[in-house]
Amino acid sequence: MARKKMAREKQHDYDDIPGTYVFDAERSRQGFGINMFCMSLMKDENRKAFKANEAEYLKKFNLTREQTDAILKRDYNRMLELGGNIYFTAKLGATDGHSFQQLAAKMTGSSQQDYASMMLAGGRSVEGNRSRSGRNAPSKFLRAGGGSKPVATKRQAKAKTTSKAKPKSKTRSAKRK
Amino acid sequence: MPAIGAALDNGKTEEPYWKRIFSGFEKSQAWMRETKPDVAIIVYNDHASAFSVEMIPTFALGCAAEFPPADEGWGPRPVPVVQGHPALASHIAQSVILDEFDLTICNKMEVDHGMTVPMNLLFGKVEKNGHWPCPVVPLAVNVVMYPPPTGHRCYMLGRAIRKAVESYPEDLKVVIFGTGGLSHQISGPRAGLINSKWDTNFLDNLSKNPQKLIKIPHIDYMREAGAEGIEMVMWLIMRGALDDKVDEVYRFYTVPASNTAVGHIILANRGRGGAARKSTAKPKRSSGKIKRAAARAKIDRVRG
Repeated sequence: MARKKMAREKQHDYDDIPGTYVFDAERSRQGFGINMFCMSLMKDENRKAFKANEAEYLKKFNLTREQTDAILKRDYNRMLELGGNIYFTAKLGATDGHSFQQLAAKMTGSSQQDYASMMLAGGRSVEGNRSRSGRNAPSKFLRAGGGSKPVATKRQAKAKTTSKAKPKSKTRSAKRK
Repeated sequence: MPAIGAALDNGKTEEPYWKRIFSGFEKSQAWMRETKPDVAIIVYNDHASAFSVEMIPTFALGCAAEFPPADEGWGPRPVPVVQGHPALASHIAQSVILDEFDLTICNKMEVDHGMTVPMNLLFGKVEKNGHWPCPVVPLAVNVVMYPPPTGHRCYMLGRAIRKAVESYPEDLKVVIFGTGGLSHQISGPRAGLINSKWDTNFLDNLSKNPQKLIKIPHIDYMREAGAEGIEMVMWLIMRGALDDKVDEVYRFYTVPASNTAVGHIILANRGRGGAARKSTAKPKRSSGKIKRAAARAKIDRVRG
């Protein structure tokens, strides 16, 4: 069955962020059952009951069919889309004996090795990952203080200009150098 | 972050990967030993431990005499029960509520790695049957369900807490921790996001120009610093409790620790009295109180 994209009751500015399901009030309400199910896994007896018969155990939580499917298939992105929160769904991962990094790799569609290598190399860049609709200019709060120069350059520049240090002129001072 | 907690609890701190991170806290621990606070106010976030989705308080202040470590699904961390400071905590509650910050009061609360890991990083390892060096007033902030409080609200709450501490009859040396992430995203296909430029900029301004930070809208935190990076607003509570002008005692930043960056900064008021603020215009304190802040960031919240 083709996966149906969950319709949002209302569009928000943060729905423009790619690869991100913000856990807001709407998702919190829709995903109450998913998150309460995950909370139940804090107890060992519940973890055992769930593992013994997953589908049966899930009936206790007033889940939609899509939510049940997502849990059974361990489709973590779908769980987030349907109202699960990562701190809660991670408890399901822990129940399966998966490290958080394994879950993260899974959500990003990469192998654990590739994901771990990406993190060691400094993580996923924000460049090209800010917006679905092309709003890829850096935040003005970032520009105002940091400019577009590498951190080290900026720091050196700042050190040289401390006498006339006005926070606002940082960028300009750095550029003048 | 739990991965740091696990590394501490399983004796991995000497492994090269973790040593790089833990060695960044050695100076901070020395600073803390020297400072010898009477009490620590710790601003942190709970990760589905004390609060699930059943109740989500925006600001919850722990007024209990003690706070046991929570079982987060793999048994409680092997650290001592955290002692509270009920007298100071209830004084803060009374003061800030009358200052129009509608806190939730918790007279019974367990605390998770969101609080105990930063404590380990700043106080060092403490055996389960030992004692933390000082009592704690926990302040849990909702940064799990959107929207968390705004940066401005957090900063103003910090100022109100400062005022409350200054009006407390006993002269105490207080440190305040802001905790939580710098940039990080641990959910969805964009997981793994780190924005060092953003983090450095944030730390620079936290030190020198916090007024700039309190205007940052939530969307900018989430776009630039990741969906979970919005936790950074908690640092502004700490910053609001300090003088306008502070000394940056120490800073440490590294990438990665498991799924995230790790950073912390120590800021100290310049002297007794400091730069009195309008909102704290009644310093009826005998001036001996020194208030300092240690902020630290830990980024991933889920066992790595």
